[in-house]
Amino acid sequence: MNKNNNIAGYLFISPWLLGFLLLSLWPILQSFYLSFTDYSLLEAPQWVGLDNYRGIFGDSLFYKSLAVTFTFVFVSVPLKLAFSLLVAMLLNGNLRGMNLYRTAFYFPSLIGGSIAVSVLWRNMFGMDGYVNKLLSWIGIEGIGWISHPDTALSTLILLNVWQFGSTMVIFLAGLKQIPRELYESANVDGANAFRRFFSITLPMLSPVMFFNLILGMINSFQMFTSAFIITKGGPANATYTYALFLYEKAFDQFQMGYASALAWILLIIIAVFTLINFMFSKHWVFYESEGR
Amino acid sequence: MLQSKPLFKSTITHIVMIAASLLMLYPVFWWIGASLKDASEMGLATIWPKQPIWDNYIKGWHFSRDYTFATFFKNTLWMELWNVIGAIISSSLVAFGFARVKFAGSKLWFSILLLTMMLPGQVTLIPQYILYNRLELVDSYIPLVLPHFLGGGAFFVFLVVQFIRGIPRELDEAATIDGNSTFGIYYRIILPLIVPALVNVAIFTFIWSWDDFMSQILYLNSIHKYTVGLALRMFVDQFDIQWGQLLAMSLLSVLPSAVIFMFAQKYFVEGIATTGIKG
Repeated sequence: MNKNNNIAGYLFISPWLLGFLLLSLWPILQSFYLSFTDYSLLEAPQWVGLDNYRGIFGDSLFYKSLAVTFTFVFVSVPLKLAFSLLVAMLLNGNLRGMNLYRTAFYFPSLIGGSIAVSVLWRNMFGMDGYVNKLLSWIGIEGIGWISHPDTALSTLILLNVWQFGSTMVIFLAGLKQIPRELYESANVDGANAFRRFFSITLPMLSPVMFFNLILGMINSFQMFTSAFIITKGGPANATYTYALFLYEKAFDQFQMGYASALAWILLIIIAVFTLINFMFSKHWVFYESEGR
Repeated sequence: MLQSKPLFKSTITHIVMIAASLLMLYPVFWWIGASLKDASEMGLATIWPKQPIWDNYIKGWHFSRDYTFATFFKNTLWMELWNVIGAIISSSLVAFGFARVKFAGSKLWFSILLLTMMLPGQVTLIPQYILYNRLELVDSYIPLVLPHFLGGGAFFVFLVVQFIRGIPRELDEAATIDGNSTFGIYYRIILPLIVPALVNVAIFTFIWSWDDFMSQILYLNSIHKYTVGLALRMFVDQFDIQWGQLLAMSLLSVLPSAVIFMFAQKYFVEGIATTGIKG
């Protein structure tokens, strides 16, 4: 019986297992090996030791792309979280027409990652785009938001924050699971809205917040499409994200070894940040099962 | 709780909400109007043009000398069909294995599955490309479709596992007594009950692979194999961009996702929220 179960179990998970071994595990190991070679897709890889890593740490584009990516992550993730939590709380009451609002807020996150919306953004925030027209009505003289190094990244961050809907929906689900009695007893104790938020809503919502934070960070570190379509990394590399750097090294210049080293550095950066998040989570993430 | 001032308070909330919704959706409304504008009106913030130019859609459709958007839509939908089939089959099988079959190592493999959700795609990108290149599968849909048959994405497996865990085990036990094999339980008992979760898998597979620009640009080189997204890229990279036509075609390209969203809205928003997070 038990042996039968083993066979059945592995048969059921075999599609994933095969995919994992073939498309995840083996590629991870191979990219680690390639990062120590000069592979160019045309010739067999030659071992070059730490040359790729040395090259990367001496490459000013590496630091530029890191700075751009870090700015993107550390501005857009908190903004998106704060915004989606705020709207989720406003929607959480028994508001009539709530479904309609929810749809309106969710819709941008549905289409926002597409090439089509990047195309739209490129038009809207161009020198002759309608955003400048709107600004001129209130007396602000527009600039070419996308073609100016100081503002190009902000337009991409705005596009990312515009897609706060999916995060908001997850917050909404979390809010629904907070027992009403907690608020009622807090009301009896005379706690004001501010107090209720910090002593009930935030702690009860912290696991959801944590989930959104981790996924948001991992996704933002890999930002590619909008930088590729809207700004192509420019102007003056102001939007040259890490993923774009890696893509160009690998598939424009065919420096597969160098790009594999870049991939491993990204993996380590993401792993470190995820680990830091998990370590800090002990201090602020509250799991109900522990409290009981 | 609230009795004396609910009307006032809810009116304020409604006003704020309506204003915020309009602000959020304004780019979309403007986009619809802009797809009918000519160059002179493109920079205006108004939505509807004085003289709508329906020709934008016809000319945009034929922007490429050799192919129309009919080819690009057909390519994308064909790829999507296989993606969705693959994701449904593999995520339901794998999720059933993890949620219902007790086998040696299942906990370990499940933790690995959860870990792969956090794995950045860039790390596997290059060796995968080398692999497909060696198998001479670059410039085909196989690199795009195959992953969906092999697990269909860890996130979807996780989602369906959570859903199956909510189904009472007594059903399985009763079915076993009735003489069903493990596969019989999957096929006759569980599969019909997880249809709502699988609808979610289908919808998100469709939308996410529609937008998975990086894989498409890597693996499809011939124009006659281009997806809608790649065609738009080709369009936007032209020297003299016809914005009206380009925005018209962009708008068409998000239409499938938008239509699916309208029809399956209930599944959608409730689905990711409840099955994705609980537990």
